[in-house]
Amino acid sequence: MLGLNRKDTTFLIIVVLLTLFTPFLMQPFSEGSAMAQFNGGYPDLMAKVAIFGIFAMGFNILFGLTGYLSFGHAAFLGVGSYSAVWMFKLLTLNVFPAIILAVIIGGVFSLVIGYISLRRSGIYFSILTLAMAEMSYRLAYSVLTPITNGETGLQVRATDPRIFDGEGAADYPNLFGLELSTSQKWEVLGHVFTFNVGYYFCALIAIVMFYLSMRIFRSPFGLILRATKSNQQRLSYTGLSTRPYALAAFVISGMYAGLAGGLLAAMDPLAGAERMVWTASGEVVIMTILGGAGTLLGPVLGAGAIKYLENIFSKINENVLHEWFHFMPEWLADPIVFILSRFTGEGWHLTLGLMFMAVVIFLPGGLIEGGQRIANRFRKKPPEDDDAEHHPKAAPHVAE
Amino acid sequence: MDAIFLQILNGLDKGSAYALIALGLTLIFGTLGVVNFAHGALFMIGAFCAVTLQKLFNLSYQVIDETQKDFLGNPLKVDVPYLESWFGPEFGIALMDWSVPLAIFFAIPIMVLVGFVMERGLIKHFYKRPHADQILVTFGLAIVLQEIVKYFYGANPIQTGAPDVFRGALDFGVMFGFEPNAIIYPYWRLVYFLFSAVLISGVFAFLRFTTFGMVVRAGMADRETVGLLGINIDKRFTIMFGVAAAVAGLAGVMYAPILAPNYHMGMDFLVLSFVVVVVGGMGSLPGAVAAGFLLGILQSFASMNEVKAIIPGIDQVIIYLVAIIILLTRPRGLMGKRGVMEE
Amino acid sequence: MAILEVKGVGKRFGGLHALSDVNLSVQENIVHAIIGPNGAGKSTLLNCLVGKLMPDTGSVLFQGQSVLGRKPHEINQMGISRVFQTPEIFGDLSVLENMLIPVFAKRDGSFRLHPFETVEHEAEVIDKAMEMLVEVNMADKRNMHAAALSRGDKRRLEMAMCLVQEPKLLLLDEPTAGMARANTNKTIDLLKQIMDQRDITMAIIEHDMHVVFSLADRITVLAQGTPLVEDTPENIKGHPKVKEAYLGETAA
Repeated sequence: MLGLNRKDTTFLIIVVLLTLFTPFLMQPFSEGSAMAQFNGGYPDLMAKVAIFGIFAMGFNILFGLTGYLSFGHAAFLGVGSYSAVWMFKLLTLNVFPAIILAVIIGGVFSLVIGYISLRRSGIYFSILTLAMAEMSYRLAYSVLTPITNGETGLQVRATDPRIFDGEGAADYPNLFGLELSTSQKWEVLGHVFTFNVGYYFCALIAIVMFYLSMRIFRSPFGLILRATKSNQQRLSYTGLSTRPYALAAFVISGMYAGLAGGLLAAMDPLAGAERMVWTASGEVVIMTILGGAGTLLGPVLGAGAIKYLENIFSKINENVLHEWFHFMPEWLADPIVFILSRFTGEGWHLTLGLMFMAVVIFLPGGLIEGGQRIANRFRKKPPEDDDAEHHPKAAPHVAE
Repeated sequence: MDAIFLQILNGLDKGSAYALIALGLTLIFGTLGVVNFAHGALFMIGAFCAVTLQKLFNLSYQVIDETQKDFLGNPLKVDVPYLESWFGPEFGIALMDWSVPLAIFFAIPIMVLVGFVMERGLIKHFYKRPHADQILVTFGLAIVLQEIVKYFYGANPIQTGAPDVFRGALDFGVMFGFEPNAIIYPYWRLVYFLFSAVLISGVFAFLRFTTFGMVVRAGMADRETVGLLGINIDKRFTIMFGVAAAVAGLAGVMYAPILAPNYHMGMDFLVLSFVVVVVGGMGSLPGAVAAGFLLGILQSFASMNEVKAIIPGIDQVIIYLVAIIILLTRPRGLMGKRGVMEE
Repeated sequence: MAILEVKGVGKRFGGLHALSDVNLSVQENIVHAIIGPNGAGKSTLLNCLVGKLMPDTGSVLFQGQSVLGRKPHEINQMGISRVFQTPEIFGDLSVLENMLIPVFAKRDGSFRLHPFETVEHEAEVIDKAMEMLVEVNMADKRNMHAAALSRGDKRRLEMAMCLVQEPKLLLLDEPTAGMARANTNKTIDLLKQIMDQRDITMAIIEHDMHVVFSLADRITVLAQGTPLVEDTPENIKGHPKVKEAYLGETAA
């Protein structure tokens, strides 16, 4: 089906089902129960998972396949957001022109930056992308204020022309009149499930993008990109020009990032320069590695895990912890709460950093590799060899 | 003319900080072959050593001062720093006043220790891993370190004063025959520049004139051969990691009065320092120092109003622009050796 | 007819003349060996032929077309393949995938954006790659990770990757370096078999005289960056100049 073999079709169907049923899956605990705060099934979070999933999928096409480690991808996310908000302001609050422009601008921008950066490889490439992204970020903050609205950020205002929107048009990003913020709540047995237009819109696009990235992975193009990571010298002595391939991967990943930026703006119509700062680029690197660079599903899992933990962890403050441990005697509960609270709430970034270090040190293949190790232990047989794609070996990440 | 002179001076203190951090980065890269994204965090920890010492010196207890009354006529409680009561008002207060320079002595052992722990505990396991893995793990470490500092010191910048003697500014212009007040330069920045000059010369002298330094330099040039001579190069490299950490830390200590330390200053300086290293040439110590000063001065020139009028926004991007141009036209950087990290 | 024509090529590294005034012409459908003591400039010459180095002077013509100034991938597309001294293969890919890439490169040229085709559907390409793997007796290892192959298998794989592109000229850089005698003989047989079955020319850089005299139809002796003499193996064996410059140290 759809040009995929049986195994991949099954894989895709599972991913589609998981995505469609996310509002249930991320809402396993009944409302009012002690565990309710672990529910992640609210629209904002689910949409973020889908959006950052797209971002990480795109990044993975560059980093996972070719091994070029870009530290500047947040710049493409940022320009995507700016382009989308400009479309909202000038044309219409219908999201389609916005995300189409976001993808195009993301692509153009990455073509320019990629063309320059790919003249070098290894760490020099990383530093070049880092420098260009920082430049974009600083310009967005300073001289480009007429376009970016500087520190305040770009917003949709009532005075905007919006030439295609007539009187009485929706004043929130919408799909031909259906506002993305529209939600339907469904209560069953104390569970509350929320079905949100915005989430399903993002999820649908994420599925399409996942399908595309699957096709890229299975294509001769994807094969050649993996060869780039493995041995550039052999590749060029085999008659292939490595740079255009790497550039194509760079631009594709830039378009994914632009799309993600556009979707972020669609869910919440504003764009700010802080989306482009280099630590934001670091975040997508973390997501990709955490899930498993070079695997299809890994980056999405990584994005999901980080966004979910970020939301849940940062909500758990000391009061919440005290509630959890109130059954314990105070002399025991207090130190436990004290220690745990260092890692939750405000301390979430500490957990993130530690988690990231742990993954790089102990599990270079990310969550996917971890899952496979566990699965193999249960199956008690050595990992299969014929499926190199799903079982990537820990390989050098930077093209030498 | 005086404007140009002023900009050169202005560039010096920032350039000094860049040079010191880049020097440490290059030492680590040259000796251990590790790309250390946590080096900015070491600079930040150094700055917080200064904050800590200042806080320690200002620890006080309360006494009731019968001579002073509040508006209700009750005796007033006054904070008396322990130092004042231990060493007498004059010496005690002088100590408090000089806490930042004194923090140098406080910071050296701490930074060397931090460096050793980092190298032995983490970096050691990454020598053979690809550079990308080194970047990623040290990036994670940098996040952890800055979060720890944030927990103890909060998210806001902490003002840390230089000794009173160095408050105020030197009217540099007069000394060179310009108009009075044309070139004014804060004393502390001058101190910072001199300090970094001493520190840089110290590191270079150490590498050049001691046997230890000679072995390290030989190791940087050809690690295997030195290893074959039966010299335990790894141990020396570990010590060099400590030295690099101390250099970054001291750069941070002395920078505290210039920029109130905050937990993310390390990340801010890190990107710039990497750019400096690349411009200077990966693995070249003189290159790192020269590029540090060069970029610091260029940056201050770019922030002149006259320049900004011609090219708007240039002050924001000049360093990156220079780095991009250098990387594209001269990938080895200003003084880099051939073949370092090239394909 | 000469397939490769090297005229007056010189290359300096700083003050060192690695190559000076090298003239060499390789005739079609023969094995032409380039021998010479260490530091004679053999590898430099090879690198000038494949676009890795740019000579300072002279010209290199392949089938009448200049290769100078062209990138390695362009030179490969002209019909020159290179086997390295230490096998260069795609270690992270499976053996079959290693074979697919040269076939794609041959079919699609140096760059083609085909992100939405599927490797599995390229039956012709896969057949061609498998055929070659069968020829070098590696079909049963097609799903192995290339990095996990033995050194000998890596060499065979690399050779197969070059041959599947049907190059006009195959450059081999010490194809038997570090091999045991038995394996060396196997390689010699393989190369002979290739010469018999294909329309191909080989230029070989080699230290092992046994290999050189078993395979070569012509031999050029390089010393201190210049060709000393070029002749048939029989004549080279007895040549006094060659003995003096080279054979003295190895043919004892």
